[in-house]
Amino acid sequence: MTAPVGPFAQSALHVAGPQAAHIERLWWLMFGVSAAVYALVMAALLIAILRRRRAAVEPEPRPDPAREQGLGRVVWAATGLTALTLLLLIAILRRRRAAVEPEPRPDPAREQGLGRVVWAATGLTALTLFLLIAASYLTDKGLDALAHDEEVSIEVTGQQWWWKVRYHGAPESRGFDTANEIHIPVGATVKLTLKSTDVIHSLWVPALHGKQDLIPGQDNVLYLRADRPGIYRGQCAEFCGFQHAKMALKVVAESREDFARWREAQLAPAPQPADAVQARGMAVFLSGPCVMCHRIAGTDAGGVTGPDLTHVASRRTLAAGEIPNNRGHLAAWIADPQGIKPGNHMPASNLDPADVRALVAYLESLR
Amino acid sequence: MSGHEDGPRDGRLDRLATERMLERTWATRPGLWGWFTTVDHKLIGWRYIVTAFVFFLLAGLGAVAMRLQLARPDSTLIGPDRYNQLFTMHGTTMMFLFAVPVMEAMAVTLVPLMVGTRNIAFPRLNAFSYWVYVFGGAMIWIAFMLNVGADTGWFSYVPLAGPEYSPGKRVDLWAQMITFTEVSALAVSVELIVTILKMRAPGMTLNRIPLFCWSMLVTSFMVMFAMPAVMLASSFLIMDRLVSTQFFNPAEGGSPLLWQHLFWFFGHPEVYIIFLPALGMVSSIVATFARRPVFGHMPMVLSLVATGFLGFGLWVHHMFATGLPQLGDAMFTAASMTIAIPSGIQIFCWIATLWDGRPVWRTPLLFVAGFIVIFVIGGLTGVMLAAVPLDLQVHDSYFVVAHFHYVLIGGAVFPLFGAVYYWFPKITGRLLSERLGRWNFWLFFIGFNVAFFPMHLLGLWGMPRRVYTYPGGLGWDLGNLIASGGTLLLVLGALVFLANVWNSLRHGAIARDNPWDASTLEWATGSPPPPYNFRHIPVVTGREPLWEERASLPVVTGLRIDIRELLTTSVVDAAPEVREPSPAPSIWPLLSAIALTGLFIGSVFTPWAVVWGAIPLSVALIGWFWPKGGAGRRDPLEE
Amino acid sequence: MTPRFVEDVSALPTTGFGTRSLVWWGTLAFIAIEAMAFVLAVAAYFYLAFAGGESRWPPMHDPPDLWASTLFTVVLLASLWPNLWTKRQGEAESRRGSRIGLVVMSLFGIVLTGIRVLEWGTLNCRWDDSAYGSITWVLLGLHTLHLVTDLGDTLVLTALMFTRHAHGRRFSDVAENALYWNFVVLAWLPLCVVIYLVPRWI
Repeated sequence: MTAPVGPFAQSALHVAGPQAAHIERLWWLMFGVSAAVYALVMAALLIAILRRRRAAVEPEPRPDPAREQGLGRVVWAATGLTALTLLLLIAILRRRRAAVEPEPRPDPAREQGLGRVVWAATGLTALTLFLLIAASYLTDKGLDALAHDEEVSIEVTGQQWWWKVRYHGAPESRGFDTANEIHIPVGATVKLTLKSTDVIHSLWVPALHGKQDLIPGQDNVLYLRADRPGIYRGQCAEFCGFQHAKMALKVVAESREDFARWREAQLAPAPQPADAVQARGMAVFLSGPCVMCHRIAGTDAGGVTGPDLTHVASRRTLAAGEIPNNRGHLAAWIADPQGIKPGNHMPASNLDPADVRALVAYLESLR
Repeated sequence: MSGHEDGPRDGRLDRLATERMLERTWATRPGLWGWFTTVDHKLIGWRYIVTAFVFFLLAGLGAVAMRLQLARPDSTLIGPDRYNQLFTMHGTTMMFLFAVPVMEAMAVTLVPLMVGTRNIAFPRLNAFSYWVYVFGGAMIWIAFMLNVGADTGWFSYVPLAGPEYSPGKRVDLWAQMITFTEVSALAVSVELIVTILKMRAPGMTLNRIPLFCWSMLVTSFMVMFAMPAVMLASSFLIMDRLVSTQFFNPAEGGSPLLWQHLFWFFGHPEVYIIFLPALGMVSSIVATFARRPVFGHMPMVLSLVATGFLGFGLWVHHMFATGLPQLGDAMFTAASMTIAIPSGIQIFCWIATLWDGRPVWRTPLLFVAGFIVIFVIGGLTGVMLAAVPLDLQVHDSYFVVAHFHYVLIGGAVFPLFGAVYYWFPKITGRLLSERLGRWNFWLFFIGFNVAFFPMHLLGLWGMPRRVYTYPGGLGWDLGNLIASGGTLLLVLGALVFLANVWNSLRHGAIARDNPWDASTLEWATGSPPPPYNFRHIPVVTGREPLWEERASLPVVTGLRIDIRELLTTSVVDAAPEVREPSPAPSIWPLLSAIALTGLFIGSVFTPWAVVWGAIPLSVALIGWFWPKGGAGRRDPLEE
Repeated sequence: MTPRFVEDVSALPTTGFGTRSLVWWGTLAFIAIEAMAFVLAVAAYFYLAFAGGESRWPPMHDPPDLWASTLFTVVLLASLWPNLWTKRQGEAESRRGSRIGLVVMSLFGIVLTGIRVLEWGTLNCRWDDSAYGSITWVLLGLHTLHLVTDLGDTLVLTALMFTRHAHGRRFSDVAENALYWNFVVLAWLPLCVVIYLVPRWI
């Protein structure tokens, strides 16, 4: 089961911020140039196949006018790629020739003419590539524009197979931990510091920016900004083992006010249990193996190997985007995490159903 | 010469007597012993090609399984463990066990014939390299069947593939398979360089070397300088895993990026090692079927050489997302785009050849046309990937999967199939069916584009690669379904090809010496060629030997026909130098390969295997190099 | 097609030296492959030194001691003279000269192997200590592998020169074995600098 997301929420062609927008512009430029080049090359190939040939026996001079005519046909033929391929099909099926005498040393004058065309094509190729190199470089510089004066600073540590998130604060006591879901204010520059403590991962939120790897032993950095509100999906993009396919990240871009509200809520310690069932749930949590890996601020639970659960109920999904965050799914997850995401590092809890229900009630209160 | 004896020479006896004696001297003994001891490059090349195609089909079946799983979102057909092994085995098999070996195999078979000599240089090394290759390939596929298959991707990044995150022997067997295939490839590359430089027919000056031989020469040099990088990398990996070295462990001063640099320093030239032979094949086919030499011989040669050099300067473009300094990245962008120029020149020259020639449309030329149509798309997406900002979006996504399949299948597999249709009559003596050939081509062409074109969009729409499943509703569902559909057409095409081969071997039209009226020397002898290749070593007077000498073929005489003797010539002018003795069949290459296999597989489990395994290996190598010759018998290698 | 005899090669010799010997070219090719492996290993050394995680190089060890490697290098360089002499004996096709030369080269090889064994103890690091230890051991190990395999080749060739096979092609083998030994010597010089001197300089 997967959490519901809109179509193209993870698309590099449906951009929501300036970084991804720079790259999208470069894409369309390169696509346009490529399409034109391809059309030209296919036209040349097609004409090479279709053109009327010299007769088999001839000591004749070069047909100069035909070359000019060829250029005209190239322009005409460059109008449709599909049409070209279809014509190619017909041309090939039509051609059945008897054995033709080879020509070991072709006429030098013809060779010269061909040579001029090939030189011109090569020169044009080199010029086009040079322009594309320049475009690439300029886009790269454009991406650098955002690399300073961030309003929000987040440290993301890749783990097999979830995202550990730490928001920095000023002072640092105003920092907090969460997992798998990032909120950012619309219009604000965000700095992501990327780390890993196990294998290489890659953070990729296509709607906002290109990807950057999370490599053990070094810190990488990504600057981005969302210019319109929305929920953008990201995913790990470097094969990191068994459940690499199920390591998604949610980026929620919201108004500055909404973000401030969210941030304050995340800074607060976990709410106390509101009724007996929740109290029982909290007791189950604190007395069981959960505390080995998970932390809930404001309680004694301080495990750091797994996601921070202080405000787990505020998140939209569980298990790094794998299942929606509601009672039923949370209960199924706690009872049998291996059944939902086999191979992940959370062991089965072996709790009886009543305890699971109480635990779920408690955890779902941690907004 | 000391103790030199004389014997019958070619040219002194009549034709039938000459052929009979040459046959006796050069033939491989029938039966199992002959099969294990042969040093005939054609027999070894044939088994190499067949083995490589078996791996191609196995890897293809892996891909079919993957596409079945990905046809629908959230599919549970194949679980993560099996899928991760499948995509690793698919990539690993295609790159290490099919693509490079099959190109080497075609070269091993064709180059000695094309340069006009009787056998490849170092024939026993050639036999040895086949055994090492097949033993390494068998090792990893047996491991896969036993659920110990590699599962960290064909380039196996650390720390995932390191001792902490990949326990067990999966990665070790993968890394050691690399050692097998690299030893094999290095051996063949040395044989090819020496054959092309020193064993060409008299008169085949540097200027007259066929473009296919040029491509194999450049490829062989690339192999020599690229493969050591991956051997070093895979050895470091095995050592980290087996004896706790710290090459890739950041906690003890190592670097995960060291693996990437070493691997891609090999990995990028690797794709040109696969691609350049295909370009040589295209040149052979275009010339024959356009009925004129390829236009622009010198630019074609220089483009091959330039690609060979430039190919070593691109590897960082696989690492643009790792956080390297921007200036370095920019240089690799420039280099990665620049390499499009020599490739472009080749495409322009082939089109010019077809333009000016009078094409005869047989199946090989169809595959060449398909190559141009498909490869150019792959080349253009390659230029896109060279741009760092764009690469940061589409790297490790299905866009890249589309790109490399367009360049590998378009740029290497299509020319390879064209080459098979072209040279099949020469190697087997039978022509493949033209009708089935057309079906083969169109099923491949349409199936390939249906399967892989949608992947460009899937990547741009955010689908990462190496995922065993994906959620629905992200816009990826239809593209995946179509891609999986295209796979079925590819399977049909493969079946048609197999049917064509099977049928032609039994009932195909018998081929004459030169069914296509081609110009290069391999067509000057029988189809299939006799064990000694040529009754007399030909002499070459131009770039297109058989088109220039239509009436009779100039040849040299004077070589012995009662012992294995061929002619070596000078590097530049191909002037005759030495009547070189050529090694006879021997069991030692096989025994050495078995000993080496024991050493390699043992060292996956304990470092002491290197020491103990060296003993049988040394014995086998001494047996190999110890000269033969009992009482009264002469060892020709001692003359 | 009918053949047309245009050249007679019967008078050509059946062995050659240098560029006229196929095995010479093969030897050169293998030297190139192994040289590339050394170059890449040295590149890995510098990569780990500058781009790896360590702030000091060597990180926690003393640099390797110099006495054993200095002795090794001196003896190795000294071997170049008998090597050159042996090569000339092979080219002159002198059976007696080749035998003497090969026995001398075998002795050099054995002595050098002995010194190399001592050298391992002077590295002051283990292969599993750190990346520095690992790459240092690999550099010395690669060269040791070459030294030992070439010694093996030399011993076998020496034995052969005392049998009835000591003629013809064997003399080119003697010359090519000498060529390979030159490579073993030359390859050592940059490696020696990297293993023993570079940790003292950076």
